[in-house]
Amino acid sequence: MKAKNQRLILLVLALVAVAVAALLAMSAMRDQASFFYAPADVVRQGLPLDRAVRIGGMVRAGSLHRHPDGVTIDFVVGDETAATIPVTYRGITPDLFREGSGVIAEGRFQPNGAFTASEILAKHDENYMPPELTRRGMHQTDRVR
Amino acid sequence: MIAEAGLALLWLAASLSLLQLVLGAAALRPANQPLLRVVRPVAVAQGLLVGLSFLCLIWVFLRTDLSVKLVVENSHSLKPWLYKFAGAWGNHEGSMLLWVTVLAVAGAGVALFERRLRQDTLIATLAAQAAIGLGFYAYILIASNPFARIFPVPIEGNGLNPLLQDPGLAFHPPTLYFGYVGISIAFSFAVGALVTRDVGPAFARAMRPWVLAAWIFLTLGITAGSYWAYYELGWGGWWFWDPVENASLMPWLAATALLHSVTVLATRAGLRAWTIMLAVVAFSMSMIGTFLVRSGILTSVHAFAVDPLRGSFILALLSFYIGGALILFGLRVRYVKEGSTFEIVSREASLVINNLFLSVILGLVFIGTLYPLVTQAMGREISVGPPYFNTAIGPIALALAAIMTIGPMLRWRRDELRALGGRVAAPALLSAAVLLLVAILVPSIGWLPLLGLAIAPGVAIASIAPLWRRNLRRTPLFLYGMVIAHLGIAVALFGMASDSAFTRETLVAAHPGQVIEAGPFNIRFLGVEPVPGPNWTAVEARLEAQRGDGPTFMLTPQARLFDSPPTPTSETSIQTLWDGQLYVAIGDGDDQGRWQLRIWWKPFVTLIWAGGALVAFGGFLSLIGRLLRERRFRREEEVPA
Repeated sequence: MKAKNQRLILLVLALVAVAVAALLAMSAMRDQASFFYAPADVVRQGLPLDRAVRIGGMVRAGSLHRHPDGVTIDFVVGDETAATIPVTYRGITPDLFREGSGVIAEGRFQPNGAFTASEILAKHDENYMPPELTRRGMHQTDRVR
Repeated sequence: MIAEAGLALLWLAASLSLLQLVLGAAALRPANQPLLRVVRPVAVAQGLLVGLSFLCLIWVFLRTDLSVKLVVENSHSLKPWLYKFAGAWGNHEGSMLLWVTVLAVAGAGVALFERRLRQDTLIATLAAQAAIGLGFYAYILIASNPFARIFPVPIEGNGLNPLLQDPGLAFHPPTLYFGYVGISIAFSFAVGALVTRDVGPAFARAMRPWVLAAWIFLTLGITAGSYWAYYELGWGGWWFWDPVENASLMPWLAATALLHSVTVLATRAGLRAWTIMLAVVAFSMSMIGTFLVRSGILTSVHAFAVDPLRGSFILALLSFYIGGALILFGLRVRYVKEGSTFEIVSREASLVINNLFLSVILGLVFIGTLYPLVTQAMGREISVGPPYFNTAIGPIALALAAIMTIGPMLRWRRDELRALGGRVAAPALLSAAVLLLVAILVPSIGWLPLLGLAIAPGVAIASIAPLWRRNLRRTPLFLYGMVIAHLGIAVALFGMASDSAFTRETLVAAHPGQVIEAGPFNIRFLGVEPVPGPNWTAVEARLEAQRGDGPTFMLTPQARLFDSPPTPTSETSIQTLWDGQLYVAIGDGDDQGRWQLRIWWKPFVTLIWAGGALVAFGGFLSLIGRLLRERRFRREEEVPA
């Protein structure tokens, strides 16, 4: 094989590889990327029922309840508007999870508007604020109604 | 005083690196030949000065000099000395200084010991390295001075994030940094060779040890980081596809591809332009790895507070280096000679396929990591997590592993397809047998773990195959290195597949005295008691576990509360058995006297990190083998027979 032909073949192979990667990425992204919703987004856009999503906001003071099994909890996530999302989660909560602090949860909405969380994202120090929330102008010191 | 000395040394080192760049560039003109001899000593002096400056930083941390702002923000006089020491680089400013120190010291090493390269290529390499170093010096001196003083001097420091107070983590970031820096040195070689139009086997042989060394450090760093996340975060997972993890994985993928292609260039003088391109990509990835982590641009548990000046400085540096590297590549690639050719069935071709697959995986990780940034700029928040990465990357990674069974069995240049069939028969049969067996015994298994379990044993025996019928005493060390590294991949793959297929999770709120069933274990919860630590207090649960009639062992997970800053963390308790790990984390207590316990039984999960360690060890043998062989050759050249 001539060197030039070989180079051409390698180039074509590389392009095919890139195309395959892009296709794979796009299809996986369409099915698997999860969108971020704050309570106000749900009011505005309706419930996203077809996919796993992330929600975020503040854990409302006084809303945290534990089920009799000892490992399932309910709480309500609110934001700067009056909108709220009721959340159920089975598992051990991250170290810094508590009422009045920011939270991001991953999971699915139920048709009745409740959110079943499969994971509550860890927060590594007490001043940490999920960037999704900071960008929306929420700060740790904000009082949530 | 020491802080000022450190800053002064840093300024001196920065000016020397400017000098190194200017002299190096000037020396490339034929008229300035005499300058060639000046550049090496400058590089050595630069390494020395910045090394001293870093020692100054370690000194102020060990002494807890509270007039230095960085110490106040990240240290505390009552912290154990190991974390005072590691605290020097456990923060943004210090880690940048560590970066440039390693770069300059390694540059001094190149200047002192590199003898294979053409003189002008070496000087161009040192100049390129100075150019990289300058950006870092500028960044440190302008936007993140580690030696800045604070007034009035506070009485006590803020302490180090407790999650980072862990012996493993003290040495995790420097390990990764050694890897990033090693890659940027390999990149400097590529730039040097491009500038002097000297892209050939000699350059590849000079670059290879740096790529290997960088790759070993990255492998170790990723393996250690994964284990750290596993036992420290208490979530039972070993890889989260967190942007920071991806930032270390991307350079590793590029370095792995580069490692394989540089071998083709060194042995067979092929894949010239491609190898240079990979060096550029690997360097870009290690820049992204260095900067993206702390710039706070990405949603990440690791991202610290963002300073807008730093953010834009970092972006400017990133685009300058990556853009510059690509432009240089574009301008010079036509001077790169055509490589030697090879047949479709040959070792070279299999390495090309390896490179393509690695590049595709790299591309997928890259898209998944940065795509959220793009959509966010367009006003839509999305997050890309494990589901995307697993579906997109899993199949390709498995295919790559399957190709690994074939590649090392092929001859260079050309091979017979029929002969190959005979050689891969044994591993293929083994894989097929395991596939059937697992599919029958565990019909509920997902197809990715199933394929992983099946492919791993095939890869394992195929990786040992190159030793078949060889005189083991006379087999070169680097061949052992390759065998062990490939074996390590098989071992790690088996561990990953086994963990995702067979893990049993139990979540309960238990009263003291209660017996919990978790997988094959009976675990008796004895109760909790308070435990004091040096700078924390903890609630410790005591559990007694037993499998069947086997020996009993104690598990003691803790929920710790650190004093400064006051932060709760959870300390898992892990019992390692020959066939896996039993893993327990403790959660909150409730008003009925129950405690939340999360228990995992993870069969063969340990193999993931054992495999990673094997891969790094194989790389190490390979590096030693190559260096020894080069030395022997050089001696033979010097004493003609």
